[in-house]
Amino acid sequence: MLRRTLLLGLCRGPLGRGLGTHRGGSILDRDGKMSEIKKKIQSILPGGDWNPLYDTSHLPPESSDVVIVGGGVLGLSVAYWLKKLEKPRGAIRVLVVERDHTYSRASTVLSVGGIRQQFSVPENVQLSLFSIDFLRNINEYLAVADDPPLDIQFNPSGYLLLASEKGAAIMENNVKVQRQEGAKVCLMSPEQLRNKFPWINTEGVALASYGMEHEGWFDPWCLLQGLRRKVQSMGVLFCHGEVTRFMSSSNLMKTASGEEVNLKRIHEVHVKIDQSLEYQPVECAIVINAAGAWSGQVAELAGIGKGPPGTLQGTKLPVELRKRYVYLWHCPQGPGLETPFVIDPSGTYFRREGLGHNYLGGCSPTEEEEPDPGNLEVDHDFFQDRVWPPLAQRVPAFETLKVRSAWAGYYDYNTFDQNGVVGPHPLVINMYFATGFSGHGLQQAPAVGRAVAEMVLEGHFQTINLSSFLFSRFYSGEKVQEHNII
Amino acid sequence: NWSRLREDWRKIEEESLHLVAPVWNGGTRGIGGLSRVVAPEGNQKKGRSLLQFLADRFYDVEALRDHLLRKRVSKVHQKNRPFNHINQRYGPYVAGAYFILKQGGAVRFQGREWIRPNQRGHFSLDFLKLQAVPVEAVDASGCAINYQGLDSLLALKELQSLWLQRCPHVDDWCLSRLHPLASSLQELSLAGCPRVSERGLACLHHLWNLRRLDISDLPAVSSPGLTRILVEEMLPSCEVLGADWAQGLKLGPEEQPRDTAGPIPA
Repeated sequence: MLRRTLLLGLCRGPLGRGLGTHRGGSILDRDGKMSEIKKKIQSILPGGDWNPLYDTSHLPPESSDVVIVGGGVLGLSVAYWLKKLEKPRGAIRVLVVERDHTYSRASTVLSVGGIRQQFSVPENVQLSLFSIDFLRNINEYLAVADDPPLDIQFNPSGYLLLASEKGAAIMENNVKVQRQEGAKVCLMSPEQLRNKFPWINTEGVALASYGMEHEGWFDPWCLLQGLRRKVQSMGVLFCHGEVTRFMSSSNLMKTASGEEVNLKRIHEVHVKIDQSLEYQPVECAIVINAAGAWSGQVAELAGIGKGPPGTLQGTKLPVELRKRYVYLWHCPQGPGLETPFVIDPSGTYFRREGLGHNYLGGCSPTEEEEPDPGNLEVDHDFFQDRVWPPLAQRVPAFETLKVRSAWAGYYDYNTFDQNGVVGPHPLVINMYFATGFSGHGLQQAPAVGRAVAEMVLEGHFQTINLSSFLFSRFYSGEKVQEHNII
Repeated sequence: NWSRLREDWRKIEEESLHLVAPVWNGGTRGIGGLSRVVAPEGNQKKGRSLLQFLADRFYDVEALRDHLLRKRVSKVHQKNRPFNHINQRYGPYVAGAYFILKQGGAVRFQGREWIRPNQRGHFSLDFLKLQAVPVEAVDASGCAINYQGLDSLLALKELQSLWLQRCPHVDDWCLSRLHPLASSLQELSLAGCPRVSERGLACLHHLWNLRRLDISDLPAVSSPGLTRILVEEMLPSCEVLGADWAQGLKLGPEEQPRDTAGPIPA
């Protein structure tokens, strides 16, 4: 009301009518200056975003309750569940800091997108079962008013794990554990395998486990965009910047047994803006480390691992960057529509891509052959030497394949036991981890996000008990070894 | 004016529930994955109406619209609830038959005639005494059966023929659940289901006893002709009724459409 009368007052000068209603040029609208002045006045009036000193719209807010370092699928999943489980609505302010808004090196979008329940650790099976449930009902969870529904392009073709003589007993054990948790997996003999998939060469295969339901692959980019859209509609703020520093304070406390521990608390997160020297100190209560392959570096910034080795203070977060290659090839005589995600005993894997006889696949290198993770260049010799021979041996039709393209991505590889790290750090009490999943983070992201949100809001895990995935196992040495890591 | 508002409500609800994300960049997607989240501009404009305008500006209207949408979704869930008490008392065959009849479909027991509900949805309860007679054929065309509702169908171990034509909530996830019926199912019809795509058709290879499969008129399948060929290769002993294999092939002005006797060998 006030604004309109002021504007009318301004224009009521010589012409006597509002701007925009004249036909020809007016004396006042010379060089478009009038519209500029109008815009400036509108921003000065209450409700506009006028800052007399300088523009800070590109900076993150000065304070936020939770700061999530890393905007990949795990970070966004934690943000989503924090906003979904908070009471009352709108209670928690969440800020997601992501330094690469094109996600060009993020593990999420470079992943092959598979989801399976065929793990050896029961918690992994439970996480994956909840995640597939989430993906099936994704339009109920991530619905945003007025936006079209998501189509994650899920292929329910299942996983086929092959085992040699040595691994057959372990596979049987694993299948028993998986079935107990509710996964639909069946065991097949080489004879049954040949009947079902005539294109497989069952030489050297003693047993196979085939996931009948809830397994397959989907489009991770769509899940990421869906989460991003929903999380923005719930009021989470995004910032394109990099976390460069944590300001924390320490407290010397005594445990119940009289031992002295130095507990740290992070007070501020310094977020440096992209391509600039500007940084903003963000006051926060809780920091969530979901930086994926770079989580180790973020943990070092917080002082985790700075201490004499062998103590809790000296235990680093053992998450490292590891480079993995994925190759896309074309083979017109290759297996047909029924091809599941096949994993050879040698570690080579492949799956069908689309309808045109294209296949995606790769292999995890051994410790000695680990490529240098400094860049994302693809080594095509690796395919010739390490991926193609086992593939051609397992599926004879693949002897005549032609590689169409390839790319590389990072694993947030947990060198300790290749399973995720979830929950708070015992000494830096307000840093929570959601990282280190070594290649199966995408498929467990919805469930892990919920677990971390429960930990933050309630203080303990409520639905899935992930206490064996806490940080303290790195100090106590209790490995939760996952055998079925690709 | 009220009738126009009601029309707008119904249009919005239908769009939110039945809309399949349109395949508008066609063919296989690139490796980085083009997002299929955003629909083309035309759809957005159609949705804008008086209702949207009000919902953008008033919290009450927004809450009311969300409430009606949730009620619509919960109505489908309610229709698909399992009839556990009937299952315990009369057995899985009768419970499955009751479920289908309640949804508006038809059932045929072994050696009997088809049982269908009448215009008003009423059906006779004579079949309650057929506890030991297996159900051979189910016609669930047009029914609101979904992933949960398939629980009742999967208990029918001797089911030979299943028709799921034009079911709005049958999608790829539902197809992946059909494998327990592999030993008995001989005929399956998915014609006209808006949410079934070639990815769900890929998991039909579990049904090794299948002799007739109808996959015609599936709007979510990206290349119907090619999909039909691949499904025929996947299920060699099954007769597949689907799109014409030449559909999608671009013919020059001089060429005539060829005789559609069989698929081109790969």
